[in-house]
Amino acid sequence: MKDKTNTYEIILAGSGGQGLVSSGIMLGEAAILEGKQVMQATSYGIAQRGGLASAEVMISSAEIIFQHVQKPNLILALTEESLNLYLPQASSGAAIFYDTTLIQTTFVQKHEKNNLYGYPFTEIANELGHSGVANIIALGVMIGKSKMIKYASMEMVLRKHFSGKTAEMNVKALYQGRRLGEGQI
Amino acid sequence: MEDVRLIQGNEAIAAGAIYAGADFYAGYPITPSSEIMTEAAKIMPKVGGMFMQMEDEIASVAAVVGASLAGAKAFTATSGPGFSLMQENLGVAVMGEVPCVVITVQRNGPSTGLATKPGQADIMQIRWGRHGDQSVIALTPGSVAECFLMTVQAFNFAEKFRLPVILAADEVVAHARESFALPKPGMIPLVERKKPTVSPEKYSPFAADADGIAPLAAFGSEYVSHISSSMHGPDGYSNNDPENAIWRINQLHRKIEMHRDEIVLTKSYDIDDMDILVIGYGATTGACRAAVKEARKRGLKAGVLQLITIWPFPDKEIEELAKLVKTVVVVEMNYAGQVAGEVRKVIGSEIELKRVNKYNGQIITPQDIIETLK
Repeated sequence: MKDKTNTYEIILAGSGGQGLVSSGIMLGEAAILEGKQVMQATSYGIAQRGGLASAEVMISSAEIIFQHVQKPNLILALTEESLNLYLPQASSGAAIFYDTTLIQTTFVQKHEKNNLYGYPFTEIANELGHSGVANIIALGVMIGKSKMIKYASMEMVLRKHFSGKTAEMNVKALYQGRRLGEGQI
Repeated sequence: MEDVRLIQGNEAIAAGAIYAGADFYAGYPITPSSEIMTEAAKIMPKVGGMFMQMEDEIASVAAVVGASLAGAKAFTATSGPGFSLMQENLGVAVMGEVPCVVITVQRNGPSTGLATKPGQADIMQIRWGRHGDQSVIALTPGSVAECFLMTVQAFNFAEKFRLPVILAADEVVAHARESFALPKPGMIPLVERKKPTVSPEKYSPFAADADGIAPLAAFGSEYVSHISSSMHGPDGYSNNDPENAIWRINQLHRKIEMHRDEIVLTKSYDIDDMDILVIGYGATTGACRAAVKEARKRGLKAGVLQLITIWPFPDKEIEELAKLVKTVVVVEMNYAGQVAGEVRKVIGSEIELKRVNKYNGQIITPQDIIETLK
């Protein structure tokens, strides 16, 4: 899931309001804690909510020259529209993680390939008490599969951004994602 | 330990302004520059500065000019539609030799265009938006780090040369976030405007020293002075004498020409043994550099010249590098090739000039450029 220069190109896609940019920023900040170079770019329409939205994150041990993802290694798709858009990337080697709670599995089965990873992110988020942590659960899975950063770095950033019960729920979501990816749930 | 943060281009511009000592912001929000204003609103009160939300962009520059003349380091930020409204009072700032920084985060146009998408089609407006014989300094940051560094530079130039400096960013660099180690206080030298040393009764606000720059007293100080947008003499009072007009217009231009080499900033990459020169600025710099790296892997000897100072135009730097190559490629997000036209003036008709232009609101990619290099 990475190239020779230790570069990860990540796309977090879904609809506006799903916290994709915030997740991207936190992922980037976690990588900075490990001394990595980070670039984060956003693409959204004029509306703040609804419609296709995506956040791009690039993590590298070398200078990142171009501002946008060119060959994604890791893609998170939280809506059917975003999965549909990025599905062709799976055959170019990108690992695509999608939410089976929100996306009809029959749609994906037609395209089943090795690089597709479906998990019930939103269902598990609801079990934790808030659908809003679905993206953190997803990051928990993606970190485990790619080893792009350490869980401890991500936890540190979550505790910096949130406080009290919200922080605990987000940290719990991160490690729930780890277990989910390891097949323990 | 270094203070490395994941910081957005617009946030870096606001942080750079504070680092440079800015203590006055007046503005009217507009995408994709709004975060500069939001940051200014948050930070200004903490550093003892003043933040004002104005009724429009005309008033914003009026307030900035007034604040600067009262001794503040003043700035504002906008995008195309707002920048159009600012031209009249920017002209006043040129004529009155008022140090100030105006940031325009370019977006796709014309008019309100694609409000959230990038463009680089305001290069000529930045140079010629005001009527009359006038000149400004304009800088284009190509990364988040340069958003910070060139904002500090913009304030330093404005203070040193007593004129408005335009920081011409674009939506791509303004909204990207990059890991950036914020310079510690004192790491970058800061320039303060030259103050009068003569007694108040001998002070003339437009009497330049040998370096072409006249000291500027603050309104409200013991120096009582007059600043006018109409043609004026060294004392600042109206003067219709043709000889005086020549002196005045020459002065506005010569203070930039005298210090041209200090003002014109460029960077070059991979220029050794090149036979194709790729010229980019602002957001396209990254694409140019990535394209050239890829092209070299394919055996094409290409190099990059990044224009950081866009006005005054880096003619000498381009001329020097163009001598070494067969082809020059100019990469920019506009239809007409606004910088390509200037490059053509510099290199003449002997050298092949290719253009890569995109004006659909999407960023130019390394692939777009490689196609042209083949």
